[in-house]
Amino acid sequence: MNRSFRDFTMTSHGMDRRGFLKGVGASGALLFTANWNWAQSERKKYGGDAMPGGTKRDPKVFIAINPDGTVDITCARSEMGQGIRSSLALVVADEMEADWDRCRVVQAPGDEALYGNQNTDGSRSMRHWYMPMRYCGAAARLMLEQAAADRWGTQLIEVRASKHSVIFPQARQKFDFGELASRVDEMELAPGAAIRLKRPSEFRYIGKDQTLSCDADDIVSGTATYGADIQKVGMVYAVVARPPVFGSKMESCDDSEALKVDGVLKVMPIEGTMAPSNFKPIGGVAVVAENTWAAIKGREALKIKWSGSPNDHYDSQSYRAAIEDAATKPGKAIRSEGDFDEAFASASKTHAATYYLPHIAHAPMEPPVATALLKTNFLEVWAPTQAPEAARTHAAERVGLPLEKTRVNVTLLGGGFGRKSKADFVNEAVEIAKAFPGRAARVQWTREDDIRHDYFHTVSAEHLEASLDRRGKPTGWLHRSVAPTIVSIFSEDPKTQAEFESNMGHNNIPFAVPNVRIENPEAAAHTRIGWFRSVSNIPRAFAVQCFISELAEKARKDPLKFYLELLGEDRKIDPGDIGDGWNHGENPEKYPVDTGRLRKVLETAAKEAGWGKRLPKRRGMGLAVHYSFVTYVAAVLEVEVEEGGNLVVHKATMAVDCGPQINPDRIRSQMEGSCVMGIGLATTGEVSFADGTAQQSNFHDYTVPRISSAPKSISVHLVDPGRNEELGGVGEPGVPPIAPALCNAIYAATGKRIRQLPIGGQLG
Amino acid sequence: MISIHLNGRDVEVDAPADMPLLWAVRDVLGFTGTKFGCGMGLCGACTMHMDGAPIRSCVTPLSAAVGKKITTVEAVGRDEVGKAVQSAWVKVGVPQCGYCQCGQVMSAAALLARNPSPDDAEIESSMAGNICRCGTYNRIKTAIHTASSSLKGGAQ
Repeated sequence: MNRSFRDFTMTSHGMDRRGFLKGVGASGALLFTANWNWAQSERKKYGGDAMPGGTKRDPKVFIAINPDGTVDITCARSEMGQGIRSSLALVVADEMEADWDRCRVVQAPGDEALYGNQNTDGSRSMRHWYMPMRYCGAAARLMLEQAAADRWGTQLIEVRASKHSVIFPQARQKFDFGELASRVDEMELAPGAAIRLKRPSEFRYIGKDQTLSCDADDIVSGTATYGADIQKVGMVYAVVARPPVFGSKMESCDDSEALKVDGVLKVMPIEGTMAPSNFKPIGGVAVVAENTWAAIKGREALKIKWSGSPNDHYDSQSYRAAIEDAATKPGKAIRSEGDFDEAFASASKTHAATYYLPHIAHAPMEPPVATALLKTNFLEVWAPTQAPEAARTHAAERVGLPLEKTRVNVTLLGGGFGRKSKADFVNEAVEIAKAFPGRAARVQWTREDDIRHDYFHTVSAEHLEASLDRRGKPTGWLHRSVAPTIVSIFSEDPKTQAEFESNMGHNNIPFAVPNVRIENPEAAAHTRIGWFRSVSNIPRAFAVQCFISELAEKARKDPLKFYLELLGEDRKIDPGDIGDGWNHGENPEKYPVDTGRLRKVLETAAKEAGWGKRLPKRRGMGLAVHYSFVTYVAAVLEVEVEEGGNLVVHKATMAVDCGPQINPDRIRSQMEGSCVMGIGLATTGEVSFADGTAQQSNFHDYTVPRISSAPKSISVHLVDPGRNEELGGVGEPGVPPIAPALCNAIYAATGKRIRQLPIGGQLG
Repeated sequence: MISIHLNGRDVEVDAPADMPLLWAVRDVLGFTGTKFGCGMGLCGACTMHMDGAPIRSCVTPLSAAVGKKITTVEAVGRDEVGKAVQSAWVKVGVPQCGYCQCGQVMSAAALLARNPSPDDAEIESSMAGNICRCGTYNRIKTAIHTASSSLKGGAQ
């Protein structure tokens, strides 16, 4: 018998723990016993359980039923466009038989002791919280049924919840959820109560292709609350002049003109933290005013002398030369199989290429912003943060209050992409609030602040070499990646990649090549490096997928055919066997690297795109496929390079296998957005440094895609893994294959190889 | 005090004449639907209507609004076109983070008021000033066509 979706759900995180699974009911549905404090597993923890704070499954924490029948569902993950508030809520609503239109989503403040892990990154929210949320919803349904049965004086088995009511078919009676609210509120679910999860055939919202959003109405009418939309009586507004070079400090500041600006209240220094600066401010001078405009005008009037910095000489041109040079020389070996040198020496053909990718800035549409209010013995913060608990910890430390006396309210995020995991802007708001006790203090980053002082996506040189035998089959693979590490924001001058970075497409290539050498030569960081949506997968997928296309040409084979040969026969690889002991934090037994799934997304995208069809002159198709965040994504782009070099993306075809699809519309929307972002970073994304200073500052010189540069069409095909698979990530894995698919398409259209991003003027 | 006509009402603003309309409306008057994105008229997050035409309020001084009818996203749904655009946005599932979408809605409403049946090229040129970092552009196009159809249907 084929394993069903239900089987999947039952074997997901934690559900197989000892002592929890009590048996299979007559209906075939698995039953669980109520137990909020799950026994600690003695085995190594994975997934959500391995995260700080773990997962929580107490329905009373996440669900409240109001007397009017509305249901409040608490979302403890941050909403930054991925739709998680709606997606997690629809899971709860479905399991508890609540009517979506009568549910409201309440955003949790930062409190991981209560809510479990809240750090919204790593494409983890649905992957880690699907089962806990189902469990909460099912427990709430059981409580509603029990409450109704008690009121009718009948047995639980005689009643059932359906569409926001509990019905008693025999008596032809029903109670609306609202009528049961007070009873449920007083109830404790008895230990040993049997909680039944729904069968997939009973789902109303989970896996259904519909657009359900708890926020869309508010967004389009301007009533949704983002970080900058917090308003408090007596609030002060600040902007900060930050040192142009990371590591520089304010030596002196003449604020006399600034203080003359109408509305300016105070000019104050913000202390900076040198590298590793973690999430602490980089320092500078804050201008605090009665409104944002006065603060901006006041800042313009400051005369600041900045100190020298160890990073004064950071220059992107010379840095590029240095890392490209390092990429040609041996470095720290991080994976080695067979004998690459021998394979290379005895090859029929060899090929080598070096790729370069610059820093990029996140540039969320909402620049960083936060508001803090320090009262006697209590600090309250409002912030668009991906990491509310980290923000809370930083904020509490900064004022010397215990966590219980510090509240971080999470607003909607106007984009995050990894930028808003870092609490530096929250720390700044708290610092200003300390100077204005009793008054809310907001720090607003301008776009220039955002682009010049980002935690930049790393810069990298990726060098690849390969050997082919007589039949054009790859026999040897060498990949050196040289890039400053994200760890440089946390520890003193590290020069090599962390495990999680190496395992984003560098180490863990699942190809059928016998001789493999993966190396990581050293690189130092001279600015703040941070994770950007899909992180190190961006340079690795770009280099590897472009290189494969180059190799296919060398082997005189169609790229698709060559790729399928490179993948080899379908097999499930233990990530540890290909140097990946991390595996995005997931259990390698449940999440092997499955080359069959890679093959299937690739074949699906190729088929749907019409791979191999004849195209008009100056048009071409390119493909790429990448595994990241335990999800498989392939992309085929069809482009035209017009006379003069103008690039038009006519069609993007994506195929994604992220395991079971909980909210298909939001999976598609994430892929669409990833496609546009991928095209942006490939075509124009670059922040460069000269004299230690970022050279770009706003959307005129840091250009991101506009509507005219988006593909004329994007089609996203959701590939059903067709068997018992675990949930994969969605927010990030769509990005990595786009840039290489685009550049491979450009090659097919023009014969021009792109080995350096951004493409910029290379097509002219 | 500067007097402007905002969302159908005359309001007094206690702000200097050179303050951009964006900050006057957000910080002084407290209407936060209009967003700050770039401060240079490059991204369109701050789009309002001035006598029905889209403007970038981050580079429009308060003084330039005197004597004009200013409409923000909070009020654009009061007319048929704005309402159709907002409905289409929800139906098509356009918003991701949503921060730019107030500006997108304002630009789309101004486009449809002027041209009830824009083709893709006209949509691209009219919406070119509005950046969406989440990349919702394809759905924006779909939603504008949806709104256009619903408006024509409503007129029959």
